[in-house]
Amino acid sequence: MAHFGVIRFPGSNCDDDALHIVNTVLADRGSTGEILWHKEHSVGQVDGLIVPGGFSYGDYLRAGSMAAHAPIMESVKAFAKSGGPVIGICNGFQILCESGLLEGALTRNASLRFICKDIYCRVEGRPTPFTKTIPAGRHIRIPIAHAEGCYRHPDVERLEGEAQVIFRYCDAEGNVTADANPNGSVNNIAGICNAAGNVVGLMPHPERACEAVLGRGGIDGLSLFESVLDSLANSGVAR
Amino acid sequence: MIQHGPKVDAALAKEHGLASDEYKILCDGLGRDPSYTELGVVSVMWSEHCSYKSSRVHLKTLPSDGPQVIEGPGENAGVVDIGDGQAVVFKMESHNHPSFLEPYQGAATGVGGICRDVFTMGARPIAIADCLRFGNTNHERTSYLLHGVVAGVGDYGNCFGVPNVTGDVVFDDSYNGNILVNAFCLGLAKSDRIFRGYASGLGNPILYVGAKTGRDGIHGATMASAEFAEGSEDARPAVQVGDPFMGKLLLEACLELMESDVLVGIQDMGAAGLTSCSVEMAARAGSGVELDLECVPMREEGMTPYELMLSESQERMLMVVHKGREQEALDIFAKWDLDAAVVGQVTDTGKVIVKMHDEVYADLPASLLAEGLKYDRPQKRPDYLDDVAQLDLDTIAEPADLGVALLDMLSAPNLCDKSWVFEQYDHMVRHGTVVRPGQASSGVVRVVEPTSGRRKGVAIAAGCNARHVYLDPYEGSRLAVVSAYADLVAVGAKPLATTDCLNFGNPEKPGIMWQFAESVRGLGDACRLLDTPIVSGNVSLYNETDGVAIKPTPMIGMVGLVDDVDEVITAGFKEEGHRIAVLGTLHGGLGGSEYLKHRHGYELGTPVPFDMERHSKVFAAMLAMTKAKVLASAEDISDGGLLCGIAECCLREEEIGAQVSLPVFEGRLDELCFGEGPARFIVSYSDDNAAAVSRLAAGCGASLLEVGTVGGRELRLSIGGETKLNQPLSAMASAFGDAFASFS
Repeated sequence: MAHFGVIRFPGSNCDDDALHIVNTVLADRGSTGEILWHKEHSVGQVDGLIVPGGFSYGDYLRAGSMAAHAPIMESVKAFAKSGGPVIGICNGFQILCESGLLEGALTRNASLRFICKDIYCRVEGRPTPFTKTIPAGRHIRIPIAHAEGCYRHPDVERLEGEAQVIFRYCDAEGNVTADANPNGSVNNIAGICNAAGNVVGLMPHPERACEAVLGRGGIDGLSLFESVLDSLANSGVAR
Repeated sequence: MIQHGPKVDAALAKEHGLASDEYKILCDGLGRDPSYTELGVVSVMWSEHCSYKSSRVHLKTLPSDGPQVIEGPGENAGVVDIGDGQAVVFKMESHNHPSFLEPYQGAATGVGGICRDVFTMGARPIAIADCLRFGNTNHERTSYLLHGVVAGVGDYGNCFGVPNVTGDVVFDDSYNGNILVNAFCLGLAKSDRIFRGYASGLGNPILYVGAKTGRDGIHGATMASAEFAEGSEDARPAVQVGDPFMGKLLLEACLELMESDVLVGIQDMGAAGLTSCSVEMAARAGSGVELDLECVPMREEGMTPYELMLSESQERMLMVVHKGREQEALDIFAKWDLDAAVVGQVTDTGKVIVKMHDEVYADLPASLLAEGLKYDRPQKRPDYLDDVAQLDLDTIAEPADLGVALLDMLSAPNLCDKSWVFEQYDHMVRHGTVVRPGQASSGVVRVVEPTSGRRKGVAIAAGCNARHVYLDPYEGSRLAVVSAYADLVAVGAKPLATTDCLNFGNPEKPGIMWQFAESVRGLGDACRLLDTPIVSGNVSLYNETDGVAIKPTPMIGMVGLVDDVDEVITAGFKEEGHRIAVLGTLHGGLGGSEYLKHRHGYELGTPVPFDMERHSKVFAAMLAMTKAKVLASAEDISDGGLLCGIAECCLREEEIGAQVSLPVFEGRLDELCFGEGPARFIVSYSDDNAAAVSRLAAGCGASLLEVGTVGGRELRLSIGGETKLNQPLSAMASAFGDAFASFS
């Protein structure tokens, strides 16, 4: 049993998709979810939080910058500080960076274009609730859909040294190459975690790769959600 | 009546795009001279864009009825029943003129406008598609326009959060000075919760919601009703600016409001803004409206009634709510941080009265404005048709090397891979995209039946081969319908209904008007035969620059239903060892083909015509096979013919080769390889299913010819045992995949 909160900002548009995964696709695993409105001051009784993709506040100023100051974010920070699992997907990753829950920043894609396609990324780094049960070094196929996914960090060596890089763009065979980097991110970084490991952000959309019927893209994304369900079950966190 | 602004006379009316006889009709109808504000209002309502004055007499001949139709033309979009208490709401609309002047904003607001047309009816948009036409890839403006339009379509839809699942991009000289941007949107609604644009209920308040009104887009509809000429770039301020974030908030707020029973009627402020919205809502309901313009949220100071009525500022809705329940609506809009205000009320006078600070600026009968004018313009068969009908294949050399010809065809701008375009569109958001762009000629989105959880699919096909219409307006238009139909059945969808977007030149020219009338006749005949009524649509005339018209382009958007998304198949070959067969006629024709145009520069001859008796059997067989789940892939053979079709099946998904052998035949090799014709499919299936496939084809009376097997790292073609082609996949993949980037 695990209950997830999916935060809805004005302009979120992958909120229903994330809710669909935890409420329907994973229902037989005892997973449930609810939408949390950005104007609320508390995330309430949840076991995990999903900050979904979209264009919160129209990406005005900078992607994620305004959502980072929404009323609910204080409660999100408290939840993260207490060790609760938090995942930011795409715009959610941008929001977590802007709010200081994750390090670094996401800038315009090197091509200066929006890119929507399936990519591969290698799962690595320290264990997190969302990757714990995925064998290290495995590469998964999931889609990206963003215009500002080029990851930057002022001291990326330290981030690498702390094993906080969790997802890295690679080719279909798992090789990390320049050609496999869709947006110019430093060191092909697709996703990272915080120092404690409980807050994860990534540009690819695992929630779009959970059902075989959708676009023949596979179901590799499901492994992230199954992993967090396992983590919650094993940690004995009760709602 | 307050007189303000310049003096109104026939000359000023002409500047507003009203002909002198039209101005006289206005004065006679009013029994007096109009005020300046009234002239502005009437000029946009009577523009071609809003009034359909040249096209209405023809459009009324189109079929629009059927048991599946819940709402036909006349509303903001058509509504079609898909069973289980669910309905799809869809329409296609042009945004050609603004996109040529300001490609990014023109295209973005085209997408925004069509999405609002759909959600205003109570439907959540679940798919968009776009059909784009640009000039020659070598034309100096093409690259600029292409980049701007694709970014504009993408940025609006991506932020608004609706997947862009299909469409097409075609390059042709005739669009050098007049590109086409046709946007399609489809939404899902409950069939008993459809909202309409009615201003009814005496005394009910009229609410304005959304972006503040500014001075942008004034006379946009009038601009769209004239030809381009030198200096038309000066009309750029008539192009509106989109805000998809605001559009998204409006969508969510309106759908939330629609959950209650507060709403009486609702319409989006599109072309001609507040004017057309209030007039159409009053005319449909047979009521009247009174507007108090000082209440309209304004972006700029000192706006006049004339400007407020004509502004085409985007992301605005007008709605009528039950008296006394305004606050419930206002609370929802406040939740979504949207500006909203009561700006008037419904009357029973049949008039549109525009007031500001209690002074009357316009007092016009709604029916006079909405019914407007109707012309049966003169038609004459254009002379060029005699010239282009002459095709002498004997003067055209057959390809010396079939491999070279194939690679050249695969890299043709109109045939090559369009990933560059659709990868800039989010085609997966909303967790429903079953068939993505590039995987088949139709897009498919999943629709879940709420109580049983059954997973249905809604398929969308959109496009038009304008060369066929140019060469034979009647038959070419029939073929545009048939082609969309074929695209749908290829993924396993039963076609339900159609929307159209009719792009033509200047209707005041008899030759253009003849093209239009013939085209509408063809569309109507085909849609009647195939039982795909036209439930919504749009007409865009005056697509001319310096007197040169575009090729007649009746864009078709057709929607089909799949009972179970597990039946859906895509175009790409799947597995080594699968058999390949051609369903339908093996041979096509070269008249009007992409091959003749791309390889030889000719646009001559006539396309192979549609034959209902014969071709409907092929469609029935295709649907029977998908239903029985015996196919691994299916591809509609269209532009580029059989050989390009097989090559695409090799490249679309797995990059897998094919070994094809055809019987000896009389005739030209290029006609066999690149000839085109309706109702032809390339299918593949496993050995286990071969018996079922041929039984189903025979049962429907359709011809099926096995031509080879999937496998290898090359496409090999032999005829009567003699190898004619042996092309490595890698060469085909780079010809097909790299071409677009080379000219974009």
